[in-house]
Amino acid sequence: MLQDKDRIFTNLYGQGDWTLAGARARGDWDGTAEILARGRDAIIGEMKASGLRGRGGAGFPTGVKWSFMPRKNDGRPHYLVINGDESEPGTCKDREILRHDPHKLVESALIASFAMGAHAAYIYIRGEFYNEAMHLQHAIDEAYEAGLIGRNACGSGWDFDFYIHRGAGAYICGEETALLESLEGKKGQPRMKPPFPAAMGLYGCPTTVNNVESIAVSATILRRGGAWFAGLGRPNNAGSKLMAISGHVNTPCVFEEELGVPMREIIEKHGGGVRGGWDNLLAVIPGGCSVPMLPRDVCESVLMDYDSLRAEGSGLGTGCMIVMDKSTDIIAAIARFSKFFKHESCGQCTPCREGTGWMMRIMDRMVEGRAEIEEIDMLEQVTRQVEGHTICALGDAAAWPIQGLIRRFRPVMEERIHAYKAAHGGGRPVQVPTGLVEAAE
Amino acid sequence: MSTQPTVPTGAEPTHFAFDAESEQQIAVILAKYPPERKASGVLPLLYVVQKQMGRQTGSAWIPRIAMDVVAERLEMAPIRVYEVATFYLMFNTKPIGRYHLQVCTTTSCWLRGSDDVTAACKKATGIRAFGETSTDGLFTLTEVECLGACANAPILQVDDDYYEDLDGPRTLELIEALKRGERPTPGPTIDRLNSAPAGGRRVLVDEAAIKPQGQG
Repeated sequence: MLQDKDRIFTNLYGQGDWTLAGARARGDWDGTAEILARGRDAIIGEMKASGLRGRGGAGFPTGVKWSFMPRKNDGRPHYLVINGDESEPGTCKDREILRHDPHKLVESALIASFAMGAHAAYIYIRGEFYNEAMHLQHAIDEAYEAGLIGRNACGSGWDFDFYIHRGAGAYICGEETALLESLEGKKGQPRMKPPFPAAMGLYGCPTTVNNVESIAVSATILRRGGAWFAGLGRPNNAGSKLMAISGHVNTPCVFEEELGVPMREIIEKHGGGVRGGWDNLLAVIPGGCSVPMLPRDVCESVLMDYDSLRAEGSGLGTGCMIVMDKSTDIIAAIARFSKFFKHESCGQCTPCREGTGWMMRIMDRMVEGRAEIEEIDMLEQVTRQVEGHTICALGDAAAWPIQGLIRRFRPVMEERIHAYKAAHGGGRPVQVPTGLVEAAE
Repeated sequence: MSTQPTVPTGAEPTHFAFDAESEQQIAVILAKYPPERKASGVLPLLYVVQKQMGRQTGSAWIPRIAMDVVAERLEMAPIRVYEVATFYLMFNTKPIGRYHLQVCTTTSCWLRGSDDVTAACKKATGIRAFGETSTDGLFTLTEVECLGACANAPILQVDDDYYEDLDGPRTLELIEALKRGERPTPGPTIDRLNSAPAGGRRVLVDEAAIKPQGQG
């Protein structure tokens, strides 16, 4: 369990002053110029040594990602783009950084930009976070005024500009290339890769896209040393991470915790336990709605980190879990995700545009039980047709929760179908009149 | 993907021009992007339009004629602006009420009782279904997807503000306050500090250890 002395986000709850004076008192902007003076290679080397893996869900090593930026400038500007489009159901951690520790982000953005040869950084914040964006803008203005960013930032000789760009309510813009499209003033439809953003990103220039948290922790890592960060957590799953608990626990909250701590301990300590006690637990979705759920027996022993959750056929995602107790209609809970993905599909790839609609409609019938037993397999097959057949991972994300449901709760689905049949006159095939099947919107 | 609502006949204004306040905001916005990349300003400018409509008419929406003005300003083909305005959900392409009630009904909020919030919104405003505006023109009720504040579920977003940890009765109270012209302080509606656990924080309690940040 993480101790207070090792916490990075010391104003997580906004209990202190979030403006520059408060941030400085907490140690931000301390020796920033000296960190920059170490040079690009030393900074990237330290980040690699820290073992930090991307905090947005994919878990790619952050230092390695930074090193992909071209060493030499070919005349095109370099850009850092920070992904603050936090929109995945269950996920609510970056909001706390934006509104309560914005200076950590501004300082780290300067260092990261310097390390990748960028003189400008954009942060893409989801449109709904209006007040959060105002906090960050205030912090940016303070930093400009104090000479911490802008021309000759912190007296380092490096010029750095930091801009906020607000999204407007599209989950897909959390996908890095969709985000770039949106930033360029287009619909948020993901691009084919390659070319990867490090070669052709924003405005066709070398770009690195990082999650808010991945960037925000870097100043502290460089101040305290990569070895300190790597000493937290488990091998290959280093450090501390912002996590959140929502759903059926006694005290939902956001918190910073070491990776590799047992999930049960986290739920007991931070979440105040499952509503009605541990035995009342049905399932946990460990990292946002796109990762498959885990039933209680797995939750009993699994550790909260990238590799342990992957070994259980799930994933750490953003580290923000949704807890469901036995009162939950698990089929309806997953059907709501299907509706979410259908709503958020950008419409570019046919398997996703049509498939998310199919999955939603079948799931809606599964909730009632108005289906045939064989349709469970058919539904599973549809998810396989979507998964891996689209430009971005939204198709996969739409498929996985349903696959998780079928894998873990198939008997519940079957029981629902039998109950519906029993209540509606026996074993005749279920009628699905064509008129009732909504056309794909 | 979602379908777009149609604008009621007669609602579309015949003229739109940015006012002085908007012009000021636009100057700040366009300075953020390289001069040859003006199109990046389309999302922010559509927000500017929406806010100005809210100021001037009490209904924060984006009429088509304003999209044309944005297109001209950013040297874009009008269709490029239309497709952006209709792709992003936060742009209202038809008139809305004075207060925009946005209920999150995605799983995290649903597990914590967003159905009660929805029911309370309907009861207090007389609205029967999502997407409708109340007959007094005060409220529009919209179902939104995850608002990204799941640890404070369920959430009702009123215009730009999040009201958190709601239940049915507290939602009713909130809407009654709005009707009286008040704006209650946003944030949790129960006794808790932002996203800290109810009943007080369990971490960040050792003030000596966390301030200032140790140098390792």
